[in-house]
Amino acid sequence: MSSATKTETVTPPPAPISLIPQGGFGGVLRQNLSDGGIVTWRNLMNVRRNPELLLGATIQPIMFVLLFAYVFGGSFGGEAYREFLMGGIFAQTVAFNSAFTTIGMASDLQKGVIDRFRSLPMSRMAVLLGRTVADMAVNALGLLVMALCGLIVGWRIRGSFLDAVLGFAVLLLFGFAMSWIGALVGMLAGKVEVAQSAGFIWMFPVTFISSAFVVQTTLPGPLRTFAEWNPVTAVADSARNLFGNPALAGFERPSGWQADNATLYALMCCAAIFVIFVPLAVAKYRKVASK
Amino acid sequence: MGSPQREIAVRAENLVKTFGATHALNGVDLEIPTGQVLGLLGPNGAGKTTTVRILTTLLKPDSGRAFVAGHDALADPDAVRRSIGLSGQYAAVDENLTGFENLYMVARLYGMNRATSQARARELLSRFNLTEDGDRPSKGYSGGMRRRLDLAGALVARPTVVVLDEPTTGLDPRGRLDTWQVISELVADGTTVLLTTQYLEEADQLADTIVVIDKGKVIARGSADELKNEVGGERLELIVNDAADLEVTARVLAEIGSGSPSTDSHTRKADVLVDAGPKALIEALRRLDGHNVTVTDVALHRPTLDDVFLSLTGHHAEAEAEPEPKAKGRRGKKTEAAA
Repeated sequence: MSSATKTETVTPPPAPISLIPQGGFGGVLRQNLSDGGIVTWRNLMNVRRNPELLLGATIQPIMFVLLFAYVFGGSFGGEAYREFLMGGIFAQTVAFNSAFTTIGMASDLQKGVIDRFRSLPMSRMAVLLGRTVADMAVNALGLLVMALCGLIVGWRIRGSFLDAVLGFAVLLLFGFAMSWIGALVGMLAGKVEVAQSAGFIWMFPVTFISSAFVVQTTLPGPLRTFAEWNPVTAVADSARNLFGNPALAGFERPSGWQADNATLYALMCCAAIFVIFVPLAVAKYRKVASK
Repeated sequence: MGSPQREIAVRAENLVKTFGATHALNGVDLEIPTGQVLGLLGPNGAGKTTTVRILTTLLKPDSGRAFVAGHDALADPDAVRRSIGLSGQYAAVDENLTGFENLYMVARLYGMNRATSQARARELLSRFNLTEDGDRPSKGYSGGMRRRLDLAGALVARPTVVVLDEPTTGLDPRGRLDTWQVISELVADGTTVLLTTQYLEEADQLADTIVVIDKGKVIARGSADELKNEVGGERLELIVNDAADLEVTARVLAEIGSGSPSTDSHTRKADVLVDAGPKALIEALRRLDGHNVTVTDVALHRPTLDDVFLSLTGHHAEAEAEPEPKAKGRRGKKTEAAA
């Protein structure tokens, strides 16, 4: 019966479009980067067409800066606190933005976009790479807006230019690392509604039990230990050191190896996150199914 | 028509897949000769989508083997991915990208260079009547247009095997006909198609071979005609004047028919499968007359695929399938179907 539905003209089948064969480690790496670049482009186009997506990454940190600078700041030490605050808010913001990665992955999964990607002969890493790199670009924009806001409330970069660049680089790298955790959480959540709470909820203990807003030595017992080793503390203190912002006077100085080497410890935390969560996220991506 | 050689483009051997305690697939075998259309039918939860996901490398079976376009889907999934195009149950287009950008992205991810990708995207837009809207974000597209775009995405790399998972679910009749046209053109070009559908008419129209699965097992296979012949006979259908007579009508039909009759009091309709059509019809009318039942309409039909389905699975296909609007279906899709 099917012959009845076939069209009369018999055209010779067109040759399949030849696909560039990929081989060897160099080929794999090149394909990861090239496919990752295409997915990054796609995600950034999404942001461009939906600028409201940027509200969370820009307006929210500004609110935090103003809230802590002027509502809490007066009780915490005024001008000196505002100077201390900025490094912490930078660290908190880049960590919080991993929730956007969580929501983005869950949304792609829910809409079936991930199924399409997984049926293509593309790198298994590319969707994750494209998502995290695009979110890093959003982080960079958020940092810029916050830095301007910080300058207005009295924060200054008092260190060298090179240190300042390094300071922002550490923040971006940390945000990038946190994005990979966010991607894994997003795939585990599977649905946007779940991702919206799952993406944020673990952020509160992680960012607030740290030196982001308070001096870690003021915390009681186990909270102090957690805060002292918390990567967010390391990133916040590293930013303060590299921007030349002094510690708050009148409190016990944090001590220990991780406090004396905040930047190095922050970089080690980023490396550890990559080592653990990149393979976990890729493994999950290989098996993940739309729900 | 077409290929004289009987090459096999898709072969699944004894696929088994369990999700927790659910046996999604219980040993499914199927084979599609190159250039043919295989229609995979079955109620929801029968294992259609699981089969498709295994053949398109999205899922690994617990056991069994799968070969697509000459490649082992388990051992060399990337080679399979290079040879297939998948269009899913719901249109997987990126709403924020334009139609052109969606296709361009897919082409690039197949490994085509920029120029080829652009040319291929434009070519497909024009083939699917999307040229005018090609540079608009697909967010503004109707459900039918999204579906066309998704289908175009599956054809970007001129795959030799195309897998269409319920390609017309949620489309209006016009959209459905357009999609059928595209599938016919693919077949004319020598493409092998695996099609799952809830619509029996669709399988009847398009498929060379139909495989019916239920509870993870193949329960029938053959051409639409073969399956209908297997059911045999005809369907005797009549409408009575008074719904109160349906009970006695059903009793009469049960005596005459080869299956159990079904009745619908709303339409006052009763029907049953019969072996010898015209004879059974006369006999039914005579006996009903004896019971003083007034018959207002009567007809004999060849069995439909739904009859096939009914006799194989014990329930109707589409009635079973309809009430499940896909949870992930977005707003708008349903309204389109209704419009």
